[in-house]
Amino acid sequence: MDPEIFKFITVAFVMGIGTIAPAFAIGMIGSKGVEAIGRNPDAASKIQTAMILCLAFAEAIAIYALVIALIIKFV
Amino acid sequence: MPEISIKAEPIFHLGQFVVTNSYLLSIVSFVILIILAFILKNKISLIPGKLQSIFELLSDQLLGLMNGLLGDSRKSEKYFPVIATVFLFILLSNWLGLFPGVGSLGIEEGLNHLGEVKYVPLFRAPAADLNFTLALALISILFVQFFGIVALGFKKYSSKFFTFKNPIYTFVGLLEFMSEFTKIISFSFRLFGNVFAGEVLLGIIGFLLPYVVPLPFLFLEVFVGLIQAFIFSMLTLVFIAMSVADYEEHEVVAH
Repeated sequence: MDPEIFKFITVAFVMGIGTIAPAFAIGMIGSKGVEAIGRNPDAASKIQTAMILCLAFAEAIAIYALVIALIIKFV
Repeated sequence: MPEISIKAEPIFHLGQFVVTNSYLLSIVSFVILIILAFILKNKISLIPGKLQSIFELLSDQLLGLMNGLLGDSRKSEKYFPVIATVFLFILLSNWLGLFPGVGSLGIEEGLNHLGEVKYVPLFRAPAADLNFTLALALISILFVQFFGIVALGFKKYSSKFFTFKNPIYTFVGLLEFMSEFTKIISFSFRLFGNVFAGEVLLGIIGFLLPYVVPLPFLFLEVFVGLIQAFIFSMLTLVFIAMSVADYEEHEVVAH
């Protein structure tokens, strides 16, 4: 088959499989963060800052998958 | 179909040095910051005008955030210049990349692989170039090491990574040393991936539905630019806090 076809299929699979785990991670971080704020509203801004930082780490994994997909597609 | 290239396209050459379109825009944002700095310095007064109030608000919020993370206000004043500079530079670069004219004004030169005349945009979001984000990541991590060495002394700081006291500490120290390098990669790819993906998204959406529909995506990109600048600077701050932390203080309380 044409290598172009394999490129398209690979790109789709990379993005599809590579973002499952980060999506779960971000959901869990968000849920625990919101639960913590609900239990202790006074510490809301501290919890929010820590939550946003953890969100960045989790999202970075999805970004790695995205970069690989972009490299496969465009390079 | 908009032409998307991962590499920033070169605009002209200064001898051996290639000036790319993202480098041009980063120079623009750099010049804007320098001009702002000089204006604020010359017009500083006890009763602040509008520009000074904006920056007073910004630095107040940032210092409060750093105090909350570090716990000590003298430390946050020490690290404030680096953190605030990284934050403002990345923020301005990201937001300038969304300006009208960036990516749409360009020159036509050369031939692409299909034989058609290639269109090269004159400006491109600086963080969409991996060189920019890699340089910033290297500078941030080098600052982390520098502040750690200044605060703890070279021997004590390097004993965090290379120690023979305890086989577990040796292994953990080596892992920590490796993780310093992965921090560089993680920093650079996080910022690059976010901004480049945003550019690709805006380009494709603008190509498919040019009227009204790109608006929510532009808002998303403004928000993502702010969040990524914030995350870059806050992560640098967290790493600085971890590197100057002194773990050897076992103070025996006399009964």
